[in-house]
Amino acid sequence: MPLSALKILTANHLRTGDVLYWQGTRWVETLAQANVFADDAAAETALAKSQKSVTANQVVTPYLFEVRQGKDGLQPIKEREIIRSLGPSVRTDTGKQAEHVQI
Amino acid sequence: MYRYDEFDSRFVAERVEQFRHQIARRLSGALTEDQFKPLRLMNGLYLQLHAYMLRVAIPYGTLAGRQLRKLAHIARKYDKGFGHFTTRTNIQFNWIKLVDVPDILAELAEVEMHCIQTSGNCIRNVTADHFAGAADDEIEDPRPLAEIIRQWSSLHPEFVFLARKFKIAVGASPHDRAALQYHDLAVEIVRDADGRVGYKVLAGGGMGRTPTIAQVMREFVEREDILSYLEAVLRVYNQDSRRDNLHKQRIKILVNAIGIEEMRARVAREFDEIKRAGSLQLPPEELARIAAYFAPPAFETLADDMPVGEIDFENWKKSNIHRHRTPGNAIATISLKAIGQIPGDASADQMEGLADLMDAFDLEEIRVSHEQNLVLPHVRQKDLPAIFARLKALDLATPNAGLISDIIACPGLDYCDLANARSIPVAQAIARRFADLERQHDIGELKLKISGCINACGHHHAGHIGILGVDKKGVEYYQLLLGGSGAEDAAIGQIMGPGFGAHEIADAVERVVNLYLKERTAGERFLDTYRRVGMEPFKYIAYQEQMNAAYNG
Amino acid sequence: MPLITVDGFRDDAFARLADDAPLPNGPVLVSLSRFRAERHALTARNAALGVMLKSEESPERLGDDVHRFSLIALEFPKFRDGRAFSWARMLRTRFQFRGEIRAVGDFLVDQIAYQRRVGFDAWEVAEDFALEDLHRAFSEIRNVYQPSADRRMTIRQLRAAL
Repeated sequence: MPLSALKILTANHLRTGDVLYWQGTRWVETLAQANVFADDAAAETALAKSQKSVTANQVVTPYLFEVRQGKDGLQPIKEREIIRSLGPSVRTDTGKQAEHVQI
Repeated sequence: MYRYDEFDSRFVAERVEQFRHQIARRLSGALTEDQFKPLRLMNGLYLQLHAYMLRVAIPYGTLAGRQLRKLAHIARKYDKGFGHFTTRTNIQFNWIKLVDVPDILAELAEVEMHCIQTSGNCIRNVTADHFAGAADDEIEDPRPLAEIIRQWSSLHPEFVFLARKFKIAVGASPHDRAALQYHDLAVEIVRDADGRVGYKVLAGGGMGRTPTIAQVMREFVEREDILSYLEAVLRVYNQDSRRDNLHKQRIKILVNAIGIEEMRARVAREFDEIKRAGSLQLPPEELARIAAYFAPPAFETLADDMPVGEIDFENWKKSNIHRHRTPGNAIATISLKAIGQIPGDASADQMEGLADLMDAFDLEEIRVSHEQNLVLPHVRQKDLPAIFARLKALDLATPNAGLISDIIACPGLDYCDLANARSIPVAQAIARRFADLERQHDIGELKLKISGCINACGHHHAGHIGILGVDKKGVEYYQLLLGGSGAEDAAIGQIMGPGFGAHEIADAVERVVNLYLKERTAGERFLDTYRRVGMEPFKYIAYQEQMNAAYNG
Repeated sequence: MPLITVDGFRDDAFARLADDAPLPNGPVLVSLSRFRAERHALTARNAALGVMLKSEESPERLGDDVHRFSLIALEFPKFRDGRAFSWARMLRTRFQFRGEIRAVGDFLVDQIAYQRRVGFDAWEVAEDFALEDLHRAFSEIRNVYQPSADRRMTIRQLRAAL
């Protein structure tokens, strides 16, 4: 079965470095709250618009990454994004996995 | 150890305020991220996966107790209660907020520390032999020269925007504990035929995408000329290095491209000119003035009398205690590689506990080694049992220095923005696999080094066994390298073949090690056996299971 | 574009000439290739002459002509390209060049203090450049560890003088 190219827009918070996700109207801290783009055009439009957050000195280097629908909900395809969404796999007492009950 | 005078203190304090202003300009938008990035890197600040990471310089790996205490405080107040000691003998904090950085720097300055040039395309923090001043085989303490180089390189106006990073190390022993030959530039303190002390200079070593062993630039540079010579090398590099391809801009590429003879000639020309000008001459009084800071503690007159204790103390002695130059003393390695822990990590409690231990035993300094361990360089042999007991209480008495579970690993994809694969879980799995101490001692000296990407912060090229994490379509794979060395017999590890999956790599390492145990002759280390028998038998055995599976399946 | 020196804003007496532009009267700033092509005509004029070097063009390429110039402009194609730091120092120390060394192109105010140390004494800056930024740049770090073309007392010399 071909993977559907679902995408999420992410960036890091300039002031703190925190991982942020685009929720549609604002940046949020967890993947679960993020807006999922089912079509590329909408994703690219959101990415282009996020330049506003860059010039407003709110976030750094926004980009899109791919996710897929797993049995436990949305999961990033790349290990890098899984780790960004949770925190270090070797320190589960730190990062979003420790701070947020539900990811 | 070195103490700042009013000039050093003011310099660092002003640098803190300068960076505070740069951060304010970034937050206000006066600096774009593209403009700010090289400026923040020059002050050790990265944006990693989860947060900013701040890399604090520990020049030539030497720390005082009060400095260690301050690092513990910073870990607690601004981070998540721990720090990570690196292969360049620095410490990194992983969970830093940009807005906190000026205050952190101001706190560091209180204990004569800074983050100047711990990253960026400039002369990086200078490293030295971690046994400096204590080793029984050194010509002299390499740290006075390292400190002189630190001062010379700090905000050097000509060399703050080099083509790439530039790493310098200083050693002073025939046994190389500072990986000199893997540096952009290395100074080895040597004696000439007449017994005079001077400096042998090497250049063009490095790891990364194009691992290269350094070549000798000059066999003997007079003491007073060393800064002139280093400046000459840097000037040729700054002028002549490529700037059109990020991967071909290290000095090793320049040396390879023009050849060592041409490199020597170009440097000689600059050297003569700088020497004639005279302003970089290093007078003997200046060297003596700096060397005085590094005078060893007043050792009591003691005879060698190594205490004997319970089995765990004896095990610790076996691997973690090293010969000191002065009778009755010893060098103790504090392993940051407890089985299953993160290589190089130390908690604030551990750092503070160590600072307390240093106070209790009147130990002025502690060292960070490029193998991501800590070292107490001057310990009375008779104090060892008590020190061991305290280390044990801090979970810092793992008896594995130099053994297979004493693994170097970069932070990898768990933290690092550049990484392709995780390093730490692989290190943990291998350490657990070889946790049995008897087996580790049977295996003997084995340097295992893991990097999560081609940049090689985990020194995988220099490992007797090296592991390189790669990304294959979003999945982590691990290449195995054999036969590397970062010591005086420096060698670049050879890649065995296709990578192993994350669940296969510990098995592959174990098969390789078992073959060594079978093939070795008396007294042979893993590296010696590999050099004798070559890659083929190891390769055959490492891939055996895959081949079996393919054959059977 | 405005020009600054350590004394503040200054008018630029030099006309920067494209390689194919006709030669006007008065001081001109030309590329190295134009200088080489029209060396005779350019040096025969009774007006100050400037040359602009790209970051890969060592001042050594000027040979003995170096002292014919009143101005040598060193280009920063991007601020991360630091070769011109060495070129400026070479001009001041090897060639004892006494004319103006001007920074042009993409550089940051954060680099001006280093540029001054290695021998630059004029900077082509953006229209909105604030002079107080220049003063801050020059006063942020008061003492230096290395000798350079500015011949400032180093920290080692200051220590010895205490």
